[in-house]
Amino acid sequence: MSLSPDQIRRIARLARIAVREDESALVGERLNRVLGLIDQLRAVDTGDIEPMSHALDLVQPLRPDAVTETDQRARFQAAAPAVEDGLYLVPKVIE
Amino acid sequence: MLDSGLGELQAALAARRVSSVELTQLHLDRIRSLNGPLNAFITVDEKESLDQARRADERRALGEAGPLTGIPVAHKDIFCTRRLRTTCGSRMLEHYTSPYDAHVIERFDAAGAVQLGKTNMDEFAMGSSNETSYFGPVRNPWDRKRVPGGSSGGSAAAVAARMAPVATGTDTGGSIRQPAALSGVCGLKPTYGLVSRYGMVAFASSLDQGGPLARSAADLALLLNVMAGHDARDSTSLAREKEDYTRGFALPLKGMRIGLPREYHGEGVEPGVRQCVDAALAWFEKQGARRVPLALPHTALAVPVYYVLAPAEASSNLSRFDGVRYGHRAKDFADLADMYSRTRAEGFGAEVKRRILVGTYVLSHGYYDAYYLKAQKVRRLIAGDFAAAFAQCDFILGPTTPTTAFALGAKMDDPVQMYLNDIFTIPAPLAGLPALSVPCGFDGAGLPVGLQLMGNYFSEATLLGAAHQYQRATDWHLRVPRESPL
Repeated sequence: MSLSPDQIRRIARLARIAVREDESALVGERLNRVLGLIDQLRAVDTGDIEPMSHALDLVQPLRPDAVTETDQRARFQAAAPAVEDGLYLVPKVIE
Repeated sequence: MLDSGLGELQAALAARRVSSVELTQLHLDRIRSLNGPLNAFITVDEKESLDQARRADERRALGEAGPLTGIPVAHKDIFCTRRLRTTCGSRMLEHYTSPYDAHVIERFDAAGAVQLGKTNMDEFAMGSSNETSYFGPVRNPWDRKRVPGGSSGGSAAAVAARMAPVATGTDTGGSIRQPAALSGVCGLKPTYGLVSRYGMVAFASSLDQGGPLARSAADLALLLNVMAGHDARDSTSLAREKEDYTRGFALPLKGMRIGLPREYHGEGVEPGVRQCVDAALAWFEKQGARRVPLALPHTALAVPVYYVLAPAEASSNLSRFDGVRYGHRAKDFADLADMYSRTRAEGFGAEVKRRILVGTYVLSHGYYDAYYLKAQKVRRLIAGDFAAAFAQCDFILGPTTPTTAFALGAKMDDPVQMYLNDIFTIPAPLAGLPALSVPCGFDGAGLPVGLQLMGNYFSEATLLGAAHQYQRATDWHLRVPRESPL
């Protein structure tokens, strides 16, 4: 199936990626080619086959519920675009 | 010395015929002269590398040498390093320096290796040609008008052009083996879970696996000995007995059963590639190995399965790049949502955005069953093909790629054509199986051809042993790229 410009706008909004008006036709065309490729899967009869989510059937390992990390806030925040008083700064969200 | 394998370098360092500082400087000089045209490295810090080399020489003088002490290693720029920035080939991380080292980096440090620099790659490992890198394409050392393959194209080109003796890479759908094949070097994707993903920037977590690139299978084995090992910080890292991956070097080939899937040996493989692969097969038969014709009937579905699952996982993994905690942030925006959207529009390139959009779509309400769940079911069929095959054979042999290196720009306008180039490398990671690529000849245009060996889970020693014996009888892996002579 082919995505309409409206659908592409909706997906781009969900993905939080701004798509400019002047690039949306090309983005849509390339995206639709990829969807044409993956649409081949629809014709496969998969009956009652169990989905395979992982390469190996692993059980999630558990560890003791103990503190293992030390406070490294300053080190981690050194990579942030904007911090103040140990807090990450973002645009105002509540008026 | 630039042409030496790890064994020779270890011996030369141990006998004090060369110091790590000298060896590192030699490679830094080579990088300085070749990186302009080839663009294999994104970041090189000569002072840092030479400091590490000096410390390696000091440790050796104290009698504290480890297996790789003083050996320079180039790292794909997907592995987080505290001492060098980690860009992942993206504008998003152009100025990012990690506060910690990846597990793979820790292992190499512990073994005594010197960090030679960070190699170029397709952005966030999404690509098969190295053309999606924000830092520009890597050029193939055999023909600079052609791609080196991707996504670990910088590592492959660096090893091929003798800018680095060995390198690390990561493989999600072929990102180690495909560039190894196109650049004429060796590369191994281990069984999923052998190498920790801690500190390896995530693309598709159920597929991503780190591995080595080198000029011989013997060197791959030595590198895997260092890289593999349990790490509690990656919940999919396997706790297994330590293995010596060189133990298969003398494995008898006589009586070995070589699986030949008809899907890998038919139409769609260039004649020049097929001839080289057939000649390699003939060599194995001469050693007493037996051919086992078989089928992997779901092979053609591997590419569509991959282009549902990998983008789905990527769309989730890359949601962390929001311009808040690290990485690029847009300068102008109206509000928080706009800041996210513009940051991601500016920070990611076209291919990464395309995959995030595909992934968002296949996971979205109303489409999840039709695409994502369906792809997971077909993934099991593909894994089942291999399980049936390995009941009949010891390893599978075929081409790594259907063609040799293609021209820069040739496939950038059609993502599907680019994706189909990975038809033979995508199935192994979907099943979680190990696979390697080694050079097996050249096509009519003088471009290297890769031979792929795929094995059952944890059969790395067998694959490396078979490849090593092949390399003792052939010299394809020793050829020096004509456009990067020594």
